Amino acid sequence: MPAAMFAIDLQHLSKSYGPVQAVQDVSLRVPPGELFGLIGPDGAGKTTLFRIMATLLLPDAGTAAVAGHDTRGGMRAIREVVGYMPGRFSLYPDLTVAENLDFFAALFRTTVRANYELIRDIYEPLAPFRDRRAGALSGGMKQKLALCCALIHKPEVLLLDEPTTGVDAVSRQEFWQVLGQLKARGITIMVSTPYMDEAARCERVALLQEGQVLRVDTPAALQAAYPVPLYAVRATGSLYPLLQSLRAYPATRTVYAFGEEAHLSLLPAATAAATTGTAEADLLGYLARAGHAQVQLRGLTPTIEDTFMELLGARPAATAPTAR
Amino acid sequence: MKAFLLFVRKEFYHIFRDRRTLLILFGMPVVLVTLFGFALTNEVKNADVAVLDFDKGPHARQVQARLLSSDYFGLRHYLGSYREVEAAFRQGDIKLAVVFPAGFSHELDHLGHAQVQLVADASDQNTATSLVSYATSIVRDYARQELPPPAPGTAGPHVEAVARLYFNPSLEAAYTFVPGTMALILLLVSAMLTSITIAREKETGTMEVLLVSPMRQLPFILGKIVPYFLLSFGNALVILALGVWGLGMPMRGSLGLLLLETLLYTFVALALGVFISTRSSTQQGAMLFSILSLLLPTVMLSGFLFPLESMPPPMQAVSRLIPARYYIDILKGIMIKGLGLRELWPETAALLALAAGLLLLAFRSLKSRLA
Amino acid sequence: MSGAATQLPGAVAGPVIRAEGLTKTFGAFTAVDAISFEVAAGEIFGFLGANGAGKTTAMRMLCGLLTPSGGVASVAGFDVGREPEAIKRRIGYMSQKFSLYDDLTVRENIRFYGGVYGLRTTEIRAKTEALLGRLGLAHERDALVGSLPLGWKQKLAFSVALLHDPAVVFLDEPTGGVDPITRRQFWDLLYEAAARGVTVFITTHYLDEAEYCDRVSIMVDGRMAALDTPAGLKQQFGAADMNEVFLQLARGAKNTE
Repeated sequence: MPAAMFAIDLQHLSKSYGPVQAVQDVSLRVPPGELFGLIGPDGAGKTTLFRIMATLLLPDAGTAAVAGHDTRGGMRAIREVVGYMPGRFSLYPDLTVAENLDFFAALFRTTVRANYELIRDIYEPLAPFRDRRAGALSGGMKQKLALCCALIHKPEVLLLDEPTTGVDAVSRQEFWQVLGQLKARGITIMVSTPYMDEAARCERVALLQEGQVLRVDTPAALQAAYPVPLYAVRATGSLYPLLQSLRAYPATRTVYAFGEEAHLSLLPAATAAATTGTAEADLLGYLARAGHAQVQLRGLTPTIEDTFMELLGARPAATAPTAR
Repeated sequence: MKAFLLFVRKEFYHIFRDRRTLLILFGMPVVLVTLFGFALTNEVKNADVAVLDFDKGPHARQVQARLLSSDYFGLRHYLGSYREVEAAFRQGDIKLAVVFPAGFSHELDHLGHAQVQLVADASDQNTATSLVSYATSIVRDYARQELPPPAPGTAGPHVEAVARLYFNPSLEAAYTFVPGTMALILLLVSAMLTSITIAREKETGTMEVLLVSPMRQLPFILGKIVPYFLLSFGNALVILALGVWGLGMPMRGSLGLLLLETLLYTFVALALGVFISTRSSTQQGAMLFSILSLLLPTVMLSGFLFPLESMPPPMQAVSRLIPARYYIDILKGIMIKGLGLRELWPETAALLALAAGLLLLAFRSLKSRLA
Repeated sequence: MSGAATQLPGAVAGPVIRAEGLTKTFGAFTAVDAISFEVAAGEIFGFLGANGAGKTTAMRMLCGLLTPSGGVASVAGFDVGREPEAIKRRIGYMSQKFSLYDDLTVRENIRFYGGVYGLRTTEIRAKTEALLGRLGLAHERDALVGSLPLGWKQKLAFSVALLHDPAVVFLDEPTGGVDPITRRQFWDLLYEAAARGVTVFITTHYLDEAEYCDRVSIMVDGRMAALDTPAGLKQQFGAADMNEVFLQLARGAKNTE
């Protein structure tokens, strides 16, 4: 497909800051109208990618095109059509809600009234606070105002760098509902988050770690990509002793705490035996002998977080020296 | 254009909502000027004066009486010789000595003009210059009021006051305070505040958003500069007014030229501010950089506090890069000596060169991307 | 409950944290509105709430940084209003935003914090070795903390916060932005500390982490809207997970920061 078929087209991007390789050979293609997620912890290279797409940084190698324009030669054209929300708070704290909005509208040579329709749903809960200084808003309201400011010129492509970090769960959920509505209007959205549970709300996601793309796929496909059967284990009492017992179990491949349960995968030999049911019986017997009461064991559809940890575990352990 | 005006309005919001900025902007000039002002007026009340009268004629006596009846001066000694004058200064007994040469009264009566010598202790420069200027005006008034009016077409009778300063014999460094304060305030307000406000955009993350917008650098820079340009100029006028009416600074040259030179200097300061802002990513950094690169050199190396002539040659060389040095010379030249552009062109040219150089530097280090 | 015996030297009998009607007002605004609760030694206590619900203010009062406007609270047996300095010696503190000095090495950071809490040099040296061994950081002792991955930094910061054997450690969103594996390793450290009798008081935005706590409180508009074990809360609100519990409670909030 020609590059212009994509709202965002990144090819073999690399960028380093001195000795730190922030982004390493990243290639991604996002068709118009997609809600695409960059998922990864701090230091995965999300912000660097956003800055390259927003024409703020030039890559050391590779090419990046946004809305059909190359970020190197088409900087001005891209800046006309992109809405960008940087990772940190990016409003004027000493200006009121209304003043911020007016200013950003003027910056893009438009007015709030001309594009009010696009931001109405997001702005309405803020409207009662229009004369309050932006610095005095709650985290969730700040994010909404920042989104309004990024949307006020009807961008074709919306770049949102960790919009939900540090925001409470209620505001996060509302924010994702808003993104769904914007997607329905045909805006291409690239959004990053360190929260794995938010990945499921994207159409496709890229899992990033230390500047590299681990995998790009739909959330469903990522869940299906988990290579071995996964179990959820629970017992009465605290999770910690159960985790310790499971770690000591010889057939254990991986075990991670997940809410009130432990997610467990078994070594291939045990997995093969699992089809006959003997592996499960063996495990239950082991846990009973270890003193765990009311042990429940069930098969499980892996979450994106499971897949992410699986992919992390497959890499040479750089961040996780004591991972098992 | 509308975007630009909104940008300027936004800057005014920032300024008027930030206590720190307001303090630097409006508090500092007033504090500095009143501080120096008080120091001056206190010193000048009933300053100790010695009289050395070689004339002993009627005019000399009447001039003395006038001087001593004013609030500014109080008689300390009648002296008999120059040697005694020197001794009195050394002991710190007197601030001013008035010397009437022999034949003073005779010359005034018959030639229509005469000289009186005013000797001041210039180790306290500001006091010395004020005393000399008060005494000078009293002596002049005497000639104008007490002697018969001139025949038409001839110069009237007048007394020339010749000032001599002990310890710092040239009048060069006189009145440094008002020009120095103006140079400093303009620099701080223009350069420091501009650089801090740009650094603040970087700190709040709004710089990223501004960059990723169709707005170009030039309107951005102008939008930052214009408010401070206006405010600086307003400040300059206030300081000037305080200097002339409050502290008795003379204004002998062209006010128009002075204002034009002030605009030029403000421009240099703003270019410096923009340049500093491109080098610092935090407000603190900009503040520190400003103090190190603007405040200290201006105070130390512009001739504001310390005479340039007495500095070692390397320091003098460095001082040639300090914009305030030229501006102070220009201010003194226009206000005190009544000089015009014909005499002040070297300083003006230096400021123009600095403006051009800094502007070039500022725009070259301004980027449309982050790195 | 993690149910471990309390063998911490100098551990106090009874609850380690006790708050009764603890209140803080700023002008007309009531940030914390008469909250009462107790936390037992060795408990992992989750302190949840939306932004602006009053979490930070409450935590600052318990750490002796803010004087309560009303009510009483004690930490490690000392009154937060009258004996804040005694409290500061008996607690550890770590937050996502500030933990260690990036421009000091691992060892220098440990030595500095040991010195702040008045540990003897020999004691610091012994503890440093033990700590580095436990974290697997022995080879990084002379590395600048700024050069370590975020996950390691946070684990190190937590261990440093425990250096002076505090009765309680306060953790303010310690795992923000950390990758999922490291986040779980971090929780292992919390469990180990709790098993040694250290009381862990933690705020987090990751609601799956709320499940790992022995008990969870949820603040809404300055009040403690819920306080129970995760299982108890889920049952009480008929919710499948803590996320749902949190959303049900926080939706009704009025205050924002």
